[in-house]
Amino acid sequence: MQEILTAAFVLQTFRISIPYLLPSLGAVYSEKGGVVNIALEGMLLSGAFAAIIGIYYTGSVLTGIVCSLLAGIIVSILHGLITITFKANQIVSGIALNIFAFGITKFFCKLIFGSSSNSPRVIGLESWGLPFNPFLLICVLILIITVFAINRTKFGLRLKAVGQNPEAADSLGISVSKMRYMGVIISGALAGLGGAWLALDQHSFTDGMSAGRGYIALAAMIIGKWKPTGAALACLLFGLAESFTLQFQSSGVPTQFIQMLPYLLTIIVLAGFIGKATPPAADGIPYEKKD
Amino acid sequence: MREQTANSVSVQLIDIVKSFQAGYNANDHVNFSAYPGEIHALIGENGAGKSTLMNILYGMYQADSGKILINGKEAKFRSPADAIKLGVGMVHQHFMLVNTFSVLENIILGDEDTFRFDVIDMKRSKQKVIELKKSFEINVELDDISGGLAVGIQQKIEILKLLYRNAEIMILDEPTAILTPQETEELFKTLAELKNSGKTIILITHKLGEVLAISDRVTVLRRGKVTGILKTNQTSSNELAKMITGRSIESQVIKKSAGGEKIILEVNDLYINNDRGSLAINGISLIIKEGEIFGIAGVEGNGQEELAEAICGLRKISKGTINIAGIDDFKKSIAHIPANRHKYGIVKEFTLEENLILGREKEENFSNGWILNNKKINEFSEVIIEEYDIRPENSKALMEGLSGGNQQKAVAAREMTKNSDLVVISHPTRGLDILASEFVHRTILEESKKGKAILLISSDLSELLKLSDKIAVMYNGRITGELDPKSTNENEIGEYMTGLKSNKR
Ligand SMILES: Nc1ncnc2c1ncn2[C@@H]1O[C@H](COP(=O)(O)OP(=O)(O)OP(=O)(O)O)[C@@H](O)[C@H]1O
Ligand SMILES: [Mg+2]
Repeated sequence: MQEILTAAFVLQTFRISIPYLLPSLGAVYSEKGGVVNIALEGMLLSGAFAAIIGIYYTGSVLTGIVCSLLAGIIVSILHGLITITFKANQIVSGIALNIFAFGITKFFCKLIFGSSSNSPRVIGLESWGLPFNPFLLICVLILIITVFAINRTKFGLRLKAVGQNPEAADSLGISVSKMRYMGVIISGALAGLGGAWLALDQHSFTDGMSAGRGYIALAAMIIGKWKPTGAALACLLFGLAESFTLQFQSSGVPTQFIQMLPYLLTIIVLAGFIGKATPPAADGIPYEKKD
Repeated sequence: MREQTANSVSVQLIDIVKSFQAGYNANDHVNFSAYPGEIHALIGENGAGKSTLMNILYGMYQADSGKILINGKEAKFRSPADAIKLGVGMVHQHFMLVNTFSVLENIILGDEDTFRFDVIDMKRSKQKVIELKKSFEINVELDDISGGLAVGIQQKIEILKLLYRNAEIMILDEPTAILTPQETEELFKTLAELKNSGKTIILITHKLGEVLAISDRVTVLRRGKVTGILKTNQTSSNELAKMITGRSIESQVIKKSAGGEKIILEVNDLYINNDRGSLAINGISLIIKEGEIFGIAGVEGNGQEELAEAICGLRKISKGTINIAGIDDFKKSIAHIPANRHKYGIVKEFTLEENLILGREKEENFSNGWILNNKKINEFSEVIIEEYDIRPENSKALMEGLSGGNQQKAVAAREMTKNSDLVVISHPTRGLDILASEFVHRTILEESKKGKAILLISSDLSELLKLSDKIAVMYNGRITGELDPKSTNENEIGEYMTGLKSNKR
């Protein structure tokens, strides 16, 4: 067990945290603006699939990543249309989109690769020949940008305003829909990027490969009290738990027990450890102009 | 006032019609105009359509028909952004603040100075606001979080918001309803200065004294229609009252003799912390007997709200005791008309009748303990609506569609008709028109005649003098004066309120 705290273990923890961190930071944007984004899961999955398609057809990892961003954005625009423009329930829309993403990726997987469960192997990030993991760098950059954007910019101030008191924002001439769309679309892009990482890491697509990470990412954002740094720390915590899981799997402890750990952790942390977490006051509530 | 010529008019509303529900026009072919350098009062009963008209001028609502002319040019407002661009600003009846934001953030929101990359230039913004604070002598701490602040301070934030945007046409929807006489005076000084600098000021108020004191002209609305446009110096309080209500009113409330001997509320050496953890109530003792109206005067934010909340069990006390006679009896509770009715008094997504029984749904009349008796609830609310003259006369109307004054009437009606020995009332007539105020005053007196003990917190000193059997003045969390309403006057109370005088320890 002495190898637990080696550099490799730390690196593995970071790597595992990536597909939590990106959607989780995305969720910060969406929810600060007042839109609950449970569709992260579907965005993650669509992103992963789109990345594989992009690489498969062009042989370029960069194209794959661009495709994943686009896929995430498309799903997020759908979520925006349903919840912001048509003011439908945000949770229901999210769940519907997740089911939709699960089905449509499977469908196209079958259509394109002849198997509904697997794509063939494609090249991954190693083709760039970098001495480090570029996604880790991207994560750190996005975290810094997010902290800055939320706390110091005009965009952040207005985003928070429409999530807290849309009527007040409206009365100052701020377009509530526009700000909320921006929040949701950014979250889509980041979740799509998270999907790209999943696909690149595995070099292929498997159906349902997001495996609940979108939900955990959302939970992490809540545990982080709707703050980017908090969300990031919570994601690292989950990465750590999963990392342990991998370590212990060969140690004789029943694997089912160990696989349960990240989820147990979620429940414990959610139930007791973070104290009172207050979401933005208008989070989850569609804004109806009184007219 | 400057010479008024047709082309100097800054605001012209022509033939405005706005209807929320079929069959009733909240604004019914309204014409309105105002000039630069003028303070124009807009008055009328609760629900007359004042806020609606001004929301149209501010782009919040769109008129069904009619025209808006700003400085002689036709303007189409699709949102407040359009109105703000043309120099129109509004302080709403219900404040529009983001509670979690600092005062400064609230002021600059929507009109932020930025560096490159969208980054807000907080220093420059702050400097700007500090200058505004200085030149208009408005005192607020810019780094405080807005949500916890007293309403009086929140209003100052709203006014700073307008000044920050260089609004030339400033609409204030019942700004004085929540102010103390001193604060009102301060506000009026500010308004006079603004007027002299050539701004157009439109002031909605229910207080005719204020209309006469500060305005240049008055427009009166009744049930959506204009019933008069007058020069202030050519009218009188009586004439205005008549135009507002459509009849002449006699303002006579007969006071009853003092109450009985039974002690209903006894507060002993009470200490309470406020939301920020500092001392809000600093050793208060008081006794209220049955049938007694105990008035509390004071500048907002001197502990009155905390005291009311503690008595109603909404706030933890740190030391001392509160004894309420008969409170263990489950059928009885404390009636409470809160100052912040939007936060504590109503659920705006509920219907009027639901709001009228809120917190009372367990009463035998309204349910059998499990299931609501909708028929009884409906009957009850029909009676109440009639008796309290709540408009629209529709139990199923959504609370958020009611005008500010009518929401207040609904809360008052629910609490005053509750079976309780103790009624805690904060600012019962804030935002009510003259008739409704008279009515609420009469109700308070009647309920006290029935033996209820009433704690009446108000910043309206004439109201306190008129109703109370005893008046205590609160300053800095203490009772600094106990006065007999028969032998004191507004000036004396004012001196206690500002800490100049004290007749206790
Ligand atoms: N958003 C809304 N939805 C439905 N009806 C509304 C809405 N706003 C106002 N009304 C109705 O329009 C009428 C005028 O209301 P308004 O708020 O303009 O009155 P007001 O003159 O400002 O009264 P107050 O002095 O009580 O504030 C009322 O009958 C009210 O019920
Ligand atoms: Mg109004």
